[in-house]
Amino acid sequence: MHPFEYARAGDAAGAVAALAGDPEAAFIAGGTELVNWLKDGIERPGRVVDINRLPLGQIEATSAGLRIGTLARMSDVAAHRAVRSGFPALAEALERSASAQLRNMASMGGNLLQRTRCPYFRAETDLPCNKRRPGSGCAAREGLNRTHAIFGWSDACVATHPSDAAVALRALEASVRVLGRGGERSIPLADFYRLPGDAPERDTVLEHGELIVGIDVPATPRARRSWYVKVRERASYEFALVSAAVALDLDGGRIREVRIALGGVAPMPWPLTEAERALAGLPLERAALARAVDGAFSEARPLARNAFKIALAKRTVVRALEIAGGMA
Amino acid sequence: MISVLAPPSRAIGVPHERLDGKEKVSGRACYAADTPAERLAYGVFALANIPRGRIAQLDVGRAEHAAGVLRIFTHENMPRLNPVSSPPAGQSLLPLQSDRIAYEGQPIALAVAATLEQAAHAASLVRAEYEREPFNVDFRTQLERAVEGQSFFESDTRVGDVERELAQAPIRIAQRYRTADRHHCAMEPSATVARWENGSLTLDDATQYVWGVRMAVAQALDIAPERVRVRSSYAGGGFGSKGYVWPHQVLTAAAARELERPLKVVLTRAQAFTAHGYQTASEQALDIGAERDGTLRAVRATSINPTSRFDDYVEYCALSARSLYAAPAIETRHRVVHVDRSTPTPMRAPHDGVAMVGLEIAMDELAYEAGIDSLELRLRNYAQRDPTTGKPFSSKELRACYRLAAERFGWSGRNPRPGAMREGRVRIGWGMATALMGTFRMPASARVTVESDGRVLIEAGTQEIGTGVRTIMPQIAADVLGVPIEQVRIALGDTTLPETGGTFGSSTTMSVGSAVLDAATRLRDELRELGAHEDEDLGAVLSRSGRTSLSADGAWSPGEEGDFSMHTFGAVFAEVRVDEDLPIPRVSRVVGAYSAGRIINPTTARSQIQGGMVWGIGQALLEESSMDPTLGRYLSKNLAGYLVPANADVPELEVIFAEEVDAHASPLGAKGIGELGAVGVAPAIANAVFHATGVRVRELPIRLEMLLA
Ligand SMILES: Cc1cc2nc3c(=O)[nH]c(=O)nc-3n(C[C@H](O)[C@H](O)[C@H](O)COP(=O)(O)OP(=O)(O)OC[C@H]3O[C@@H](n4cnc5c(N)ncnc54)[C@H](O)[C@@H]3O)c2cc1C
Ligand code: SF4
Repeated sequence: MHPFEYARAGDAAGAVAALAGDPEAAFIAGGTELVNWLKDGIERPGRVVDINRLPLGQIEATSAGLRIGTLARMSDVAAHRAVRSGFPALAEALERSASAQLRNMASMGGNLLQRTRCPYFRAETDLPCNKRRPGSGCAAREGLNRTHAIFGWSDACVATHPSDAAVALRALEASVRVLGRGGERSIPLADFYRLPGDAPERDTVLEHGELIVGIDVPATPRARRSWYVKVRERASYEFALVSAAVALDLDGGRIREVRIALGGVAPMPWPLTEAERALAGLPLERAALARAVDGAFSEARPLARNAFKIALAKRTVVRALEIAGGMA
Repeated sequence: MISVLAPPSRAIGVPHERLDGKEKVSGRACYAADTPAERLAYGVFALANIPRGRIAQLDVGRAEHAAGVLRIFTHENMPRLNPVSSPPAGQSLLPLQSDRIAYEGQPIALAVAATLEQAAHAASLVRAEYEREPFNVDFRTQLERAVEGQSFFESDTRVGDVERELAQAPIRIAQRYRTADRHHCAMEPSATVARWENGSLTLDDATQYVWGVRMAVAQALDIAPERVRVRSSYAGGGFGSKGYVWPHQVLTAAAARELERPLKVVLTRAQAFTAHGYQTASEQALDIGAERDGTLRAVRATSINPTSRFDDYVEYCALSARSLYAAPAIETRHRVVHVDRSTPTPMRAPHDGVAMVGLEIAMDELAYEAGIDSLELRLRNYAQRDPTTGKPFSSKELRACYRLAAERFGWSGRNPRPGAMREGRVRIGWGMATALMGTFRMPASARVTVESDGRVLIEAGTQEIGTGVRTIMPQIAADVLGVPIEQVRIALGDTTLPETGGTFGSSTTMSVGSAVLDAATRLRDELRELGAHEDEDLGAVLSRSGRTSLSADGAWSPGEEGDFSMHTFGAVFAEVRVDEDLPIPRVSRVVGAYSAGRIINPTTARSQIQGGMVWGIGQALLEESSMDPTLGRYLSKNLAGYLVPANADVPELEVIFAEEVDAHASPLGAKGIGELGAVGVAPAIANAVFHATGVRVRELPIRLEMLLA
């Protein structure tokens, strides 16, 4: 492990300032990601700035929606009554994440900033990986890419984003509140993550030193009827092979409006916009749902070992719609 | 009241919780890495990241100047050591002896510093440049290069005219089956603390075989074995990874000698993927011929596995076919392919645990082909004698196992048609398989002592790796001496104690238990000679005869295998549930009944079998050490990439033991159970998946894409 200094931020502005002048510094919240990166040599910050004392742990529910502080722990958000009743997809996504111990430690902001589980990126030593070391190549492109992307990848990187909560938050149309040197800004989750293009080392649009202060989830007509389905081989404590979050507004037995995001298939929570359009007005019937979802996959570009994800993702979306619609 | 001459069997066969349970769960048990030592230095290995070539240049400058560094050992400054034969060495190649790289993950340096963090940092600063050479780590791409390997058993056997029987058989099943490379992933990674004093070495080591370590280290370092003391009071699981001796143990001892300072090396999880062996993948071909009624006419089993360039390790994946089913013609054959990887090693339920995957899926295929119930097919081909050697079995209650487990499971209610059972969108499948495991026995000795306070001490060098030895052995002594087991302690895991074999091959209860039985019996006889009588306090007997303690030495040796074929058996029934849209099999029930000799402690025995069943669930559905063929390395050297079952993957596991005493196997009547539970579970699950989905899976682990119709 590379030696580093440790500092503790007293307030949000101080935290931002601490990183502003120091390109080698990094925030630490729950540390469940950062410490792994330190151990495996993925990151080598010269200074680690602890933000855990900042007063950013609140979970507030108002008629406008949820305001979740960045330091709210995953377990607390998942257990919160307003989250469970009003935003079930988020509670479900969080509860299916990691392990109880990790959820008690891990922050919501840190969750959004977790990095890919691509095994080449996560190796205990440097391998050809553009995300880890720009310009070194992508071992997964022609390697063992069963768990990799079918949407949104580039030749430079075919990794997926692993956060469950981010997928739910995408379908719930959340946004991320960020504090920088120039003040606060709000970034819709839809614009928060970047496609790899030829710079896969950057996962998000955050600038160095920008601090996530919270996550806002609007109270839409769809949020209450939302759900998250996570598909994985181990029954718990595993990342999604494929997942789907849906949020439904029903009009009798028909879909008025729906939001769909997929996990495990792309470098970011992947919106299924085409299916959202095709589903509007359809009855909640399995065959009709499946047909509408089908078309949204014409753009999918599977790799050598993950073509099965297309069929799997389709079925996962249909299952999520059925559960959210009360059919399964 | 402590007494001798009480009625027999007051402790053997009685359920008893672990005597060391509290010590373990409260953190008081001392594992190798916990060993305190003054001036302790820490070592961390730096590893090669190419699978084959030569170190052209090794730059240790930055590492040597890093804070706290005491020495960076490389092939240039590590003293030349003697080669060590295998066994006890797990592999013949000893790193840091030359510039050759023969597998990815081979140590190229050992960084030693005053703290663990400093050593780890220094190791990360070692830079190597290599002359790379072409390599191949994938045996499946070169099966035509398979050759006969030299190892424990015969490679090939043959009885009857397989060719003719196959040609004439009205039903033929000829298929290939594949299992994956797997790793032991013991919770405690290997750890060694080496201390030298006046030319003598003490090694506190996470090992399954203290004498093996002593032999190997003495040989490598060219010192008398008597100058080496190896201790292992507890090991946090081994599963075979700590059975043989691996380079880190030898190199730690050698480095400590150079430094004249105690040295500790604990492997990281990532290093554990290459620092000791692994269970090889297998390519199994089965060709089975049968009559229309399912009676076997011939079985031909061929197995190929990878091994390193420098050692032959044979995973005997055609072994079970030699003994399991009666057939007039049986042919088995084993071959290996040499690849650029480290040497494999036995892993819990070696050979049979892998072999039964192919054989038992093939038998299920035969059952469907012949239209016979899978259980009935096994009964029709029940072997009364070993079909290859013709010898009788030392004991075999497999028939009872089939009946007991089938009844408990409710097998008679099964509709054999695939997909016939469902609950909403979940398809339910029932499958079964037989379990068979070879019996390995080793010579052992032990000493039993009565002390002045009437307490009893057992001394035997054997190891506790989680199997329950610290409870079983006191039960045996307590039983013979007629004292409560709480009065009995055991000192173990030390080469200064009476010698035993390694804790592997499911051999400990039989072998060490028989030695303890012998010592305790001799002690009882001596106590009787002192005039001890029933209900008399043992301490009182001693003081009456003017002694402070009384000891007896015992020993046991299996002698020749002789006239019997010796195995343990079981019948395993599994239920799986498979969602029809999202087809990931989930195991919902396992029932196993076992024929494993006399059960000394039903509680720890059940726990051993259940652990084995979990092992089988992992083999069936999760465990795979994928190798990137281009980089020549394991894809994921961590437990996020190598998946073992979590609690949520493990359903109710029911374990039944058939009444049995195998007097031929050991005077205790006991056999081994440490590995048996891991056999048969995976094929039972694969067969259940077929029953649920109609998809025949011939490759483990089962992946959902195999079932996405
Ligand atoms: C074994 C394991 C299994 C897991 N399984 C899952 C799973 O199934 N599903 C899932 O979704 N996740 C899973 N995770 C990931 C887990 O959810 C994340 O590790 C966790 O949410 C990160 O939060 P943290 O507070 O610990 O982040 P930290 O490790 O403290 O930080 C992570 C990153 O975020 C940055 N950061 C943190 N807070 C801020 C902030 N406020 N502003 C700007 N930057 C910030 C840090 O600088 C760092 O770069 C798993 C993790 C592990 C270790
Ligand atoms: S997919 Fe991305 S993260 Fe994985 S090896 Fe390629 S560049 Fe690295």
